[in-house]
Amino acid sequence: MINLAARDILHGWGKFVFTGVGLGLLIGVTLSMAGIYRGLVDDGKALLAIGGADLWVVQRDTLGPYAEPSSVRDDAYRSLLGIPGVAAAGNVTYLTMQIEHARGEVRVMLVGFQPGHPGEPGYLVAGRPITRSHYEAIADMRSGLSLNERIRIRRHEYIVVGLTRRMVSSGGDPMLFVPLKDAQEVQFLKDNDALVNERARSAANPAFNRPGVPGLLEAVQASQTNSHQVNVVLLRLAPDADETRVAEQIRRWKHLEAYTRADMDEILVAKLIATSARQIFMFLVILSVVSATIVAFIIYTMTLNKVREIAVLKLIGARNRTIALMILQQALGLGVIGFIVGRTAAALWAPIFPKYVLLLPGDAVRGALLVLLICALASVVAIRAALRVDPAAAIGG
Amino acid sequence: MKMRANRLEKLHLGRTAALTTAALGLAMLFGWLVVSQGPMAPIKVTVAKVTQGTLTASTFGIGTIEARRAYALGPTVASRVLRVLVDQGDAVKAGQLLAELDPVDLTDRVTSAELAVQRATSTIRATEAALAEAQSRAQVATTDARRYAQLRTKGFVSQEAVDAKGHEAKAAQAAVDAAAAQVTAARRDRDRARTDVVGMSKLLAQSQLVSPVDGVVSARLVEPGSTVVAGQAVVQVLDPDSLWIRARIDQGQSGRVRVGQPTEIVLRSDPQRSDRGEVQRVDWVSDAVTEERIVNVGFAVQPPTLSVGDLVEVTIHVAERVNARALPAAAVKRVDRQEGVWRVTQGRVAFQPVTVGITTLDGRSQILDGLTDDDEVVVHSEQALQPDARVRVVTAIIGSAP
Repeated sequence: MINLAARDILHGWGKFVFTGVGLGLLIGVTLSMAGIYRGLVDDGKALLAIGGADLWVVQRDTLGPYAEPSSVRDDAYRSLLGIPGVAAAGNVTYLTMQIEHARGEVRVMLVGFQPGHPGEPGYLVAGRPITRSHYEAIADMRSGLSLNERIRIRRHEYIVVGLTRRMVSSGGDPMLFVPLKDAQEVQFLKDNDALVNERARSAANPAFNRPGVPGLLEAVQASQTNSHQVNVVLLRLAPDADETRVAEQIRRWKHLEAYTRADMDEILVAKLIATSARQIFMFLVILSVVSATIVAFIIYTMTLNKVREIAVLKLIGARNRTIALMILQQALGLGVIGFIVGRTAAALWAPIFPKYVLLLPGDAVRGALLVLLICALASVVAIRAALRVDPAAAIGG
Repeated sequence: MKMRANRLEKLHLGRTAALTTAALGLAMLFGWLVVSQGPMAPIKVTVAKVTQGTLTASTFGIGTIEARRAYALGPTVASRVLRVLVDQGDAVKAGQLLAELDPVDLTDRVTSAELAVQRATSTIRATEAALAEAQSRAQVATTDARRYAQLRTKGFVSQEAVDAKGHEAKAAQAAVDAAAAQVTAARRDRDRARTDVVGMSKLLAQSQLVSPVDGVVSARLVEPGSTVVAGQAVVQVLDPDSLWIRARIDQGQSGRVRVGQPTEIVLRSDPQRSDRGEVQRVDWVSDAVTEERIVNVGFAVQPPTLSVGDLVEVTIHVAERVNARALPAAAVKRVDRQEGVWRVTQGRVAFQPVTVGITTLDGRSQILDGLTDDDEVVVHSEQALQPDARVRVVTAIIGSAP
């Protein structure tokens, strides 16, 4: 027995293929939207994976350092290291800022870290780690910076010595890693004009510039340029340590806030990116519904276009099952072509997006099942229409 | 009719072939995407082997130019500034007058003391005259007493008269002693008055600020007319030959720094050139707050236009290893407080603990133990590696800039 579906497709293959490709592009857009949603959530989680920390110690009563500003004295790590169960501690600062380079501007998250401590980038895709204690930087590929490029951040020039991949802030801004002391200076010290103005302001204040007390003004001015703050202390715990117990100790005795990885996950995903993620997710739902409707309509109209041929088939005595199978096979075939084209298109255009697009295999499988299900459902409607065709239509027209 | 059917058949066959090719192509593209882009794809990595060569470990720090010897010149008592004779940048000689403070009444007090010396001199003369008179009286009285004593032996005078004369002679002699003591006291008075003059003059000299060394005036802090408290600087002088660098080295990298190590110095004011120098002092006391060690570096040849406070970068060569085995520093990872590398064997990776020696500034880490020369280890990877992950070796993960 010949396959009626294949014969029919071969008969009008151009129409069939182009319908499939069009359908595929629509599915591709839907898959990409799912990828954008996943990427948004993954950006938030990628932040936590960097540096291999188990506990985030921040200013008390804040949700820092990502969701709220937080500042901790940079010598707090010494007392934190004394808590049983803490294996390593690293001071880290974060500052989102615009930096200029040779070809334009880029928005980055400036991360100050201590080489060899929690918070450092775990792997590089090019270049070398930071070896000097100042004026070297490791940039994420997304920033568009290249190796050995010189960039100016506030007062000093930095050289890019290494590149990373997928190291972004929760907002998707690429990270730029610099030594902690430089980052502290960028974050807490002012530009030259502000410094000079601040000095003049203190000099004009009679409380700080008293005759008969030489040295007071200088002492006051020196105390104004203090930068011994960080945003978070990252802790790595010993393998057998209980993270909730260590966090409890820190909260109780060190008067700081400590978050575990689960807490941070909650803060980032549920609080920080919740609204924008839900926005994208709503759009994804609507897009899926629209795509499903369009797929159903295409298959239905395709069947209706073949009313005359189906009538002829009926006239020559084809069984209902044969006709139903033909329509179902065609619908599923269209779905398969559409899915493959869509998935391929989504994979091909995903790297062009400015923000991360994460195409999960699970999403693809779910998408494929959904497409086939919709095609099957749509073909049921079409089959019902086909079976109601009067064989006389073949002659009568 | 048959021919037409034949042509149709041919067309049909061609169409089938074209469609099959297109479908195959699409399937292959899809398959390639699944295998190369998805999570099933092996992680792209670059690898390296241990190489031998000379490694120079260096420590990097930033510092400022400072004068080893700087002199802040000011008064020892609160006073008003009368004149300032030099300005910033002036070269001065040792002993040169730089500024003068208002002596107020010090000159008058010196004059007064000098007058007191003169008065004391007059008093000496008066007491000496009084002494001469007393001596003369004593001589007469003694002669009288002796004569009366001779007359008494002959019985011309009474014993009473002889006793009276004897008493007169003794009293006159006592008056001589008293006058002599007056003279000594007057001399002492004069010495004291002279000492007062010297002391006052010294005080007066304190109001003159003179340069202790040959040097350059680095600051003129106060203008004439202002009042300064004791110890407040009026001018600062520094010795331009004593300029050196006060560099701050991160404590974590300061362990190998020793006096005498060669150093490369780059001035922020002239970043194109590089000067040579050496470590001259490593401070005993570290900065506990900033966690930095203070290291003083001197220039081999001092550049002509140095400015105190200039920012400089120093690179101290702390160690050199000849014939050292080394890997790119990016290959060395730390897993659970253990340094090691990801060794590639048959497309899979395994963590291999190694002992790391020195690391150079250009990113080469010395491997002391744990690897053979034939081991291939991961340098760069597309994502974080897990034990037994599948990898694919490429020459570069991204095109790097020249």
